[in-house]
Amino acid sequence: MDFIVNFPLFTIVLSLFSGVLCMMLSGKNARRYTIVYECILIVLVSCVLWYTYTTGAAFTYVMGEFPAPWGNEIRAGVLEASIALLFLIVMLCSVLAGTHFLIDDIDESKLNLYFTLINLMTAALMAMTWTNDIFTGYVFLEILTLTSCGILIVREIGRTTLAAVRYMILNLMGSGLFLLGTVLLYDITGNLLMVPMQARIAELSQNPQNMMIITMSVGILTIGLSIKSGLFPFHYWMPDTYGWATPASGSILSSLVSKCYIFLLIKIYYRVVGIEVFEKMPIRYILLVLGMCGIVFGSVSAIRAGNINRMVAFSSAAQIGYIYMGIGIGGTAGYTAAIFHIMAHAVTKSQLFLTTPRLSEVSDRSLKFKNLRGSGIRDKNAGFFFLIASMSMIGIPIFAGFASKLLFGMAAAENGNSVLIAAVMLVLAASSVLNALYFIRTLLRIYDVSPSDLRVRHTRRPAYNAPMLILTGANLALGLASWFFAGLIGQGLSMFM
Amino acid sequence: MKKKVAEKVEKKSLKGQDNKKNGDVLKNRFLRWLDGEFDAAADIMETDETPYSNREEIKKSMAEIRQDLKKDDRTGRLEAAEKKHYYRIYNVVAVISAILLIGTLLFVISFLPRFGRENPESTEVVRRYVEKGMEETGAVNIVAGMILDYRAFDTLGESHVLFTALICVMILLRLDTKNQRRQFEDYYRTTSMHFHDISNEAIMRNVGMVLIPCIFLFGVYVLLNGQNGPGGGFSGGAVMGGGLIIFSSAFGFDTADRFFTAKLSAWITFAALAFYSFAKGYVFFTGANGLDNHIPKGTPGAILSGGMILPLDIAVGLVVACTMYGFYSLFRRGNIGGA
Repeated sequence: MDFIVNFPLFTIVLSLFSGVLCMMLSGKNARRYTIVYECILIVLVSCVLWYTYTTGAAFTYVMGEFPAPWGNEIRAGVLEASIALLFLIVMLCSVLAGTHFLIDDIDESKLNLYFTLINLMTAALMAMTWTNDIFTGYVFLEILTLTSCGILIVREIGRTTLAAVRYMILNLMGSGLFLLGTVLLYDITGNLLMVPMQARIAELSQNPQNMMIITMSVGILTIGLSIKSGLFPFHYWMPDTYGWATPASGSILSSLVSKCYIFLLIKIYYRVVGIEVFEKMPIRYILLVLGMCGIVFGSVSAIRAGNINRMVAFSSAAQIGYIYMGIGIGGTAGYTAAIFHIMAHAVTKSQLFLTTPRLSEVSDRSLKFKNLRGSGIRDKNAGFFFLIASMSMIGIPIFAGFASKLLFGMAAAENGNSVLIAAVMLVLAASSVLNALYFIRTLLRIYDVSPSDLRVRHTRRPAYNAPMLILTGANLALGLASWFFAGLIGQGLSMFM
Repeated sequence: MKKKVAEKVEKKSLKGQDNKKNGDVLKNRFLRWLDGEFDAAADIMETDETPYSNREEIKKSMAEIRQDLKKDDRTGRLEAAEKKHYYRIYNVVAVISAILLIGTLLFVISFLPRFGRENPESTEVVRRYVEKGMEETGAVNIVAGMILDYRAFDTLGESHVLFTALICVMILLRLDTKNQRRQFEDYYRTTSMHFHDISNEAIMRNVGMVLIPCIFLFGVYVLLNGQNGPGGGFSGGAVMGGGLIIFSSAFGFDTADRFFTAKLSAWITFAALAFYSFAKGYVFFTGANGLDNHIPKGTPGAILSGGMILPLDIAVGLVVACTMYGFYSLFRRGNIGGA
């Protein structure tokens, strides 16, 4: 056995330890430590990705001396490793680019607590990605819920406290439903480990009565996770949560936390329920419809929003809709598109949430569109990165957004059902137009050259450009080499079986 | 003369510093870049260092928004009507969806296998815990063996859930420059003294004298016997935390602060959780790589038995006790103590 198979364990245990360590450090040292530590984690996870990619097989890792069904187990394949790597890169870039805002937003005595939460969140993200046991997923989902509320309230203004209360209530409801679904599945199968659960469910699903119970439990579980990730009827917590958090938190919440829940959901469909059994359930059609509604309503709300952060947050609701639409389309192509969109959106949305505060900063700290006039000229870097991210959101070729839309269209075409093809194409077209409408409007606003009494300012934001360039590079890589990433995801999905 | 000497000394020391610094320039620049201090364009362009969020400005903008709303009376009325309409629908939909959820759950539960029914395929895991648990983990209490040995990874996460909650409460309630409560602290102290503070009252003190040692003894007993009977880290720690809370309310925070400071609490939590992570990391590592972990199981029933269960229980217990007292103290006065 190679030494690399131990790395997933290290990523979880060391992150937990780092969280506790950051509590003891001063704010400054906690920040330095976290950044260096994230870099080390990226190296570790890259090794795992390289290892699984070259060996072409996933490996399971027994946690402790007791083998699988009695003890815990984690598992790493190409898909898990690449998602974990993406999460870590976006996390590092968000923390780096948001550093200065953190210093302004957070009281100095509490800065180390922020990095404690960031490290604990990293541990939870890693554990939820690697887990091969549904209850381990629940335990770390709890940590993720608490840390995400923590990084939201840390700004300590009334709006974030209010948003955090709402976010907490919905999140706890989601956790409760997830736990209920898990308990029901455990009651039927007698197992919490994913592989024996899947075998038992495949056996039970022959009986229509058992199939109904399984459908119900999976349905409850799906509702729980879709509340937490913000699918259409449950997306109203998004604008306040993302818009008022400190920029690094907003970026992490929108591009990592909600995506992690969706990834766990996909993992459950594949590895607990079994994709053949899941495709027979009506749940996927409900997800398809809700996803499409989310795309349309999210975009419409974004057009109506009068504040740039709310607009970006509502467009998040639309993008979450895309991912659920991919799950609804089904088949390997549908899931590939969904996971590709998880990646594309994580890279793009974090960039948007990290540029808007800078644009507002050169516009008398107002987030209103009318005050943002010309802000892209006053702060050239932020304007440029906003331009790139919004082109990706609209779906202009060579950017990641275009590739994911293409993959959704191809997945629908592969499915073969003419009604579904028509519906997906219609929604894709409508959403592209709507996206273009509000992003181009914003771009015109921020590049407006009409004279303004605001002077050109260069604010001190040193460690800003490098992480933003990394995100831009990732965006371009996803857009230009989409065939490679789609292949990687396909390989990972085949390892999921 | 004196001036010249002083200048020379200054120059020398500067030179010395320069020589030292030359080697560390890259490192310093990197560290400053990490901290967000380094700025390549600082000399070229005009800089502006006004803080990004300013309470007063936010207040001002909020006041403006309120004035705008007042001016636009029509939107206000429309909004109110919308809200009224909205809440009526909201109530109906909430009741309907709650009833639907309850109905679905009851319906599903009626089809589940009966509790305790023999079902060979689905009780395989549980049977192994019951039959071989004592032999494999060295703990008489099967539950302790299960959560701290078989499924120790989940419990590792679970003990950090508590820690995360403590951090969140600290962020919310610990007094700082942004929490405006500091100004009112004296007010709280003077008014609440007469009504709420029961410390140093005869009944509390005398009963506390008798009860507190017993509570701590019982907590330690529960903590140390986790592997042999009902109890363990979470319950023992909760009892000890309760003891600390009673102590501080009977004798006042000032007395409690003499031995239990914020620093001590942080160090205990840090040491316990770090020990937990590394001990379990070691067991996971050796277990997965097929190595012997050299941890004796001991005879089941003795105090020193159950392998790692006892030290882990102690670690969890300490964390739980500190967390319980921390919550109480943060809610009462906005810091853990000794600040």
